[in-house]
Amino acid sequence: MNAIVVDSLTKKYGSFNAVDNLSFQVRKGAVFGLLGANGAGKSTAIECILGTKPPDNGKVTIFGSDPRKDRKNLFQKVGVQFQECDYQPEIRVSELCDETDCLYKNPSDWKALCHRFGIGDKLDAAVKSLSGGERQRLFIVLALIPDPQLVFLDELTTGLDAKARRVVWKILSDLKSKGLTILLTSHFMDEVEILCDEICVVRQGKAVFQGTVEQAKNAASCKKFEDAYLALSGEEVDE
Amino acid sequence: MKSFVTLFKNELKLNIRNMNMIIFAVIMPLVVLIILGIFYGTKPAADGAEYTFLEQSFGALCTISICAGGLMGLPLVVAEYRERKILKRFQVTPVSPFLLLLVEFSIYVVYCIVSMMTLFPVTMLIWNVRIRGSLTAFLGCWLLTMVSTLSIGMTVGGVAKNAKSAGVIASVLYFPMLFFSGATLPFEVMPPVIQKIVGIFPLTQGIGLMKSAFLGLPIDNMWVPIVIMIAVTMICMGISVRFFKWE
Repeated sequence: MNAIVVDSLTKKYGSFNAVDNLSFQVRKGAVFGLLGANGAGKSTAIECILGTKPPDNGKVTIFGSDPRKDRKNLFQKVGVQFQECDYQPEIRVSELCDETDCLYKNPSDWKALCHRFGIGDKLDAAVKSLSGGERQRLFIVLALIPDPQLVFLDELTTGLDAKARRVVWKILSDLKSKGLTILLTSHFMDEVEILCDEICVVRQGKAVFQGTVEQAKNAASCKKFEDAYLALSGEEVDE
Repeated sequence: MKSFVTLFKNELKLNIRNMNMIIFAVIMPLVVLIILGIFYGTKPAADGAEYTFLEQSFGALCTISICAGGLMGLPLVVAEYRERKILKRFQVTPVSPFLLLLVEFSIYVVYCIVSMMTLFPVTMLIWNVRIRGSLTAFLGCWLLTMVSTLSIGMTVGGVAKNAKSAGVIASVLYFPMLFFSGATLPFEVMPPVIQKIVGIFPLTQGIGLMKSAFLGLPIDNMWVPIVIMIAVTMICMGISVRFFKWE
């Protein structure tokens, strides 16, 4: 069973194809990594999948329904962390969590989530007073508050220190073992190697590779995954 | 219902922390009242009038908060949430545009109520203002004026591209209505030409009705302004929900 089916998705900005005939499926219970350089079209693809941007062509289904038509039902069980998120200027951590919690029928306990992510002592702090890493963890918490079956994490560990990254990996692995499906983007290949069952490498809006991390290494004849990724995404450094 | 109560409580707290509306919707009407009170005190509205100037102006004073909330606060906060991509975060949750707009709408209703509740005792205790007509009729007219004005603001907030364009539209609506529909400057002191021009604002209609209800004056063609205000409300609310922009 597939959680997400993306079929020939295309999104243009003027004459520029941000996403170009992109197709892939994400199995239920899998962790899927959408990889590519900055500007390769990952975030635009995610927005088209979620329905926050209308695609110019192609079709997307999440759990079998159209995210633009079935928004209210679908987002009961889908959590999202955008790369660029913002919050009300004066809002506190507890208020932002509470405000998210109240939108769902069966939310997770957000206080427990905050504690697991190491921001349990910041509940009364203003969100704007948090460090970059703390804020990033808060936004992952917000994506998990719906107790989702599927979660989108766009650059999930950007700004996190080494220890916090490990904590996030551990929590996501636990959630995965309980059946959570994850679609993530990341620029850290160690993370991708550890977390992802399947990856799709995007270059100028087109999928240039799809498969497992091992398959990527074989396809690029590289021992290290990061080298394979750079070769596949066309980002090799001239030496 | 749970969503509404929690969002309302949170958004109200954030709004109060911001202080703008406390100043423009609660303190400013009191300041205008005190200035009018110092000038006119308990003087009659005109030679031989049975009611005082302040009694005549009471309805108008109650609309200062309606203007501030409906034509400044409401459209700007919704447009700001859009520009800061806060609405985009809500777009990937089950919340409906209607609920979000209703929450913000309700917050400004609270300011309007608070403003009226502070104006009443001050005018009554210091300047001996009395309701000469019907309190129920007055409250009905007040409610209609408030709901129709707030719904105009909701439309601006719901569809404006960004905070800047919402600000421009809001100012174009706010300042003429505030100064010329009788909310701050008494309608009666304006030249007849201006009175005719500003007669098209729903706020002017509302203030006229509130004044008559407060003073117990007979109202000619009372249904015309009532129908206008209800129509404005229905149309604006429909537009703001139907054409709501998340981003």
